[in-house]
Amino acid sequence: MSLIEEIDFGTPRSKSETMVTLTIDGNQVTVPEGTSIMRAAMGAGHQIPKLCATDMVDAFGSCRLCVVEIEGRAGTPASCTTPVMPGLVVHTQSERLKKLRKGVMELYISDHPLDCLTCGANGDCELQDMAGAVGLRDVRYGYEGENHVFAKSHGEVNAAWMPKDESNPYFTYDPSKCIVCSRCVRACEEVQGTFALTISGRGFDSRVSPGMSESFLGSECVSCGACVQACPTATLTEKSVIEIGQPEHSVVTTCAYCGVGCTFKAEMRGEEVVRMVPYKDGKANRGHSCVKGRFAWGYTNHKERVLKPMIRERIEDPWREVSWDEAFSFAADRMRGIQKKYGRDAIGGITSSRCTNEETYLVQKLIRAGFGNNNVDTCARVCHSPTGYGLSMTFGTSAGTQDFDSVENTDVAMIIGANPASAHPVFASRLKKRLRQGAKLIVIDPRRTEMVESPHMKALHLPLMPGTNVAVVTALAHVIVTEGLVNEAFVRERCDWSEFEEWAAFVALPQNSPEATAILTGVNPKDLREAARIYATGGNGAIYYGLGVTEHSQGSTTVIAIANLAMATGNIGRPGVGVNPLRGQNNVQGSCDMGSFPHELPGYRHISGDAVRDQFEALWNVKLNPEPGLRIPNMFDAAIEGTFMGLYVQGEDILQSDPNTKHVVAALSAMECVIVHDLFLNETANYAHVFLPGSSFLEKDGTFTNAERRIQRVRKVMTPKNGMADWEVTIALAKAMGLEMNYSHPSEIMDEIAALTPTFAGVSYAKLEELGSVQWPCNEKAPEGTPVMHVDGFVRGKGKFVVTEYIATDERTGPRFPLLLTTGRILSQYNVGAQTRRTENVVWHAEDRLEIHPHDAEQRGVRDGDWVRLKSRAGETTLRAEITDRVAPGVVYTTFHHPDTQANVITTEYSDWATNCPEYKVTAVQISPSNGPSDWQKSYDEQARHSRRIVPAEAAE
Amino acid sequence: MSSPDRLVYMANQIGTFFRSQGHDKAVPGIADHIKKFWDPRMKRAIFAHLDAGGAGLEPNVREALTSLKPATSLPAAP
Repeated sequence: MSLIEEIDFGTPRSKSETMVTLTIDGNQVTVPEGTSIMRAAMGAGHQIPKLCATDMVDAFGSCRLCVVEIEGRAGTPASCTTPVMPGLVVHTQSERLKKLRKGVMELYISDHPLDCLTCGANGDCELQDMAGAVGLRDVRYGYEGENHVFAKSHGEVNAAWMPKDESNPYFTYDPSKCIVCSRCVRACEEVQGTFALTISGRGFDSRVSPGMSESFLGSECVSCGACVQACPTATLTEKSVIEIGQPEHSVVTTCAYCGVGCTFKAEMRGEEVVRMVPYKDGKANRGHSCVKGRFAWGYTNHKERVLKPMIRERIEDPWREVSWDEAFSFAADRMRGIQKKYGRDAIGGITSSRCTNEETYLVQKLIRAGFGNNNVDTCARVCHSPTGYGLSMTFGTSAGTQDFDSVENTDVAMIIGANPASAHPVFASRLKKRLRQGAKLIVIDPRRTEMVESPHMKALHLPLMPGTNVAVVTALAHVIVTEGLVNEAFVRERCDWSEFEEWAAFVALPQNSPEATAILTGVNPKDLREAARIYATGGNGAIYYGLGVTEHSQGSTTVIAIANLAMATGNIGRPGVGVNPLRGQNNVQGSCDMGSFPHELPGYRHISGDAVRDQFEALWNVKLNPEPGLRIPNMFDAAIEGTFMGLYVQGEDILQSDPNTKHVVAALSAMECVIVHDLFLNETANYAHVFLPGSSFLEKDGTFTNAERRIQRVRKVMTPKNGMADWEVTIALAKAMGLEMNYSHPSEIMDEIAALTPTFAGVSYAKLEELGSVQWPCNEKAPEGTPVMHVDGFVRGKGKFVVTEYIATDERTGPRFPLLLTTGRILSQYNVGAQTRRTENVVWHAEDRLEIHPHDAEQRGVRDGDWVRLKSRAGETTLRAEITDRVAPGVVYTTFHHPDTQANVITTEYSDWATNCPEYKVTAVQISPSNGPSDWQKSYDEQARHSRRIVPAEAAE
Repeated sequence: MSSPDRLVYMANQIGTFFRSQGHDKAVPGIADHIKKFWDPRMKRAIFAHLDAGGAGLEPNVREALTSLKPATSLPAAP
């Protein structure tokens, strides 16, 4: 194994299809029109010296190191900014060029420290490389003159010198090593789209400046690390590199955070991660990343990680460390005992959307084949289950329709109930890039999110009242139908016309107009009409949506309404359009694909289908139960009722993440065996009897499937610290319960998945090795996968329009609970925070705050930073207030990353009518000033501390 | 709480979605939904509630359950 070196072509790839042939150093080179001479030369294997150019950003032409000679042209143009032309004859090396380059390098080095041996970038420094490339042997100017290098010169303080900025927890900024190539500034603008960096001053005074000469941490910087990656010197360097040294080998793998599924190179020294660097060939991220994926992997060796199996008789007892065998036999005995006492259907399990496809597949297999029932569910229940229902009904498959590259062809993006800048940051950067090229953006969200306003973009914002999505989307349809903006040719060809007519007649009813619904939705009818017109007529229209759509009583209805909208405008079946659910977790798509839902076998085939069951029964050699099992909320209900008593939970913290915490506590407390399989003693583990240590994504092989259905490899870079990868743990538990599973590597599990699942038929580790990644469906019809769905027709045949009547949620505001609470996420934290809270990311978000509009705050005497009591019909908690007009009057908002916030004590048991996906996004609440934590928070904390006691195993004599 | 109240609430919620499709589509739609997504103990409980008079069930939902019940063969309760 060696370090994977990606070729830096110096300037971005040209998309032109017109080819141009020229001569570089005597070789004929043919490249797309618009390619720079630098890139063309690199493609031919001739590296022209360069400093300010890198292919992640546009050419800038400032360093003058990449000069070339072109026959018939005067001077020495920069090869990065000079495009190819037919017939050019270019020379990249000559006496004149050598002299010029050496002169440039000499000037650079005259203002640069010569501490190469002790420098963090030693071995990975382009400045060092270029000094070598041009043969720099002497710096005639000396180091005595004006400089940025020394704190003191001639015994006096050097005003041009700046100290290191170490404020960011993950990287340092050392201005003395900066050559002002501005690659960092351009990466921040062009790649990330944050515009946090600039060059202040002119000439010799030019400095890289975060914000208005602030610290990195104090500026708008979102710590995506693109600047660090772009920096050719040690100016911006990962602290891990400074501490450990340069990596010696690297392995390509997939991020374990959000559903974007960024590809990374894990750069290693032995079994120690030195840094994570986004991989240019990653088809989801195209070389970019966010703060979580690039930097927040420290949780994998956090001191709180539990590495030994533990059991206890009762949840009041302290944990007892035991051997793996003892843990498995204890768990198996308990689970089988429960089945004997309460019946076969009295146990079940929850698969993890953070684990691999292979691991998820094994857990559902254990449940269906080993437990003998279908009581399997996954956290998608509480996030995107309505997507599955709504898109299957209308299009015939739950699949999101596009790949992420599609956004490069989008003319109008409509974001509904999602905040990609926080939750899917790399997609947000890719979208912002397109918006800066002129695409339009519509944001439908109760809150003025970071997507509504950011540098060089302004969205048309429809700030709706939480819970009125169906009314708003149906009103958009009303405008499209009544103003004659329907793409009739598309609908006639692709959809069921009579169903369309029925739908069109419904949405055209006066009560569905923007004007009539404004009283409920709070959306200005004029803006809504404009949004509908832009979406229907502005070119390629793409809808991106998130949990603000699904986590409602009418979550499935809104998904259907969105699908209707896309069909009516013909925005389906080609690049740039589509219906794109932004999946929350790294493998939530995969966990759904792998048969994690109680009613579906892998590949979304209903368990009642005899033919499908026959196939599984033949291979698994068991009889399967044809009846659907319990969904997560149904499991809790059944536990309280006394018919569901044992649960195996892999990589999921249901106590923190599921709504109405008190109800979940009651359910978990009622169970006789809760097995938690996780990296940490999470909140659910407070009520568990068996703890099986989990392994991180760095410690196992497998695959994740991201939001664009892309199956990507996860590769093991270190031995599992707990001794076993998660798939091995599940196999051992299955064996203890009497179900034989024989796999020696996850690739064998994938082979079984491919054999049983038509949409995965063509997937194998060999194919993933060959293609890098593949988007399902991948089978005989599409051997290299399917980037865009429904190209020649819908999966179900004709697209189905379904009437979507707005039904107000039963969660209503009133005199006691006059405000609406809605919830969301923040960039630096992820989900329940189990991982990110155990990293330096806490510097950005140490606690969850309650956002309140100044008007509501003033009425209640609440000041910024005050403790407030947040009370709903379900419960109450306290947290600190943040006063902001990002939320509208009448709406309050919080994140849910910290367990002590207890945000889910507030949320209710109302759920989506079709899927029981909880209504997290609408809770009627009241707030009042408070002195600190509620009694519930105190008693919860006490129970948690009590429950986490561990008695170490006694040493063998 | 597979108690009748909760299940009646859930069944009626399903009924409300299908309401706008008219009676003839709504009744089979509701029946199919419950058949596909409810676990046997939930089905047994709602059928028992139906047999006991079915208090609180919307008319379409009651009709759907009435049609679904004879077509469902559930394993006996443990």
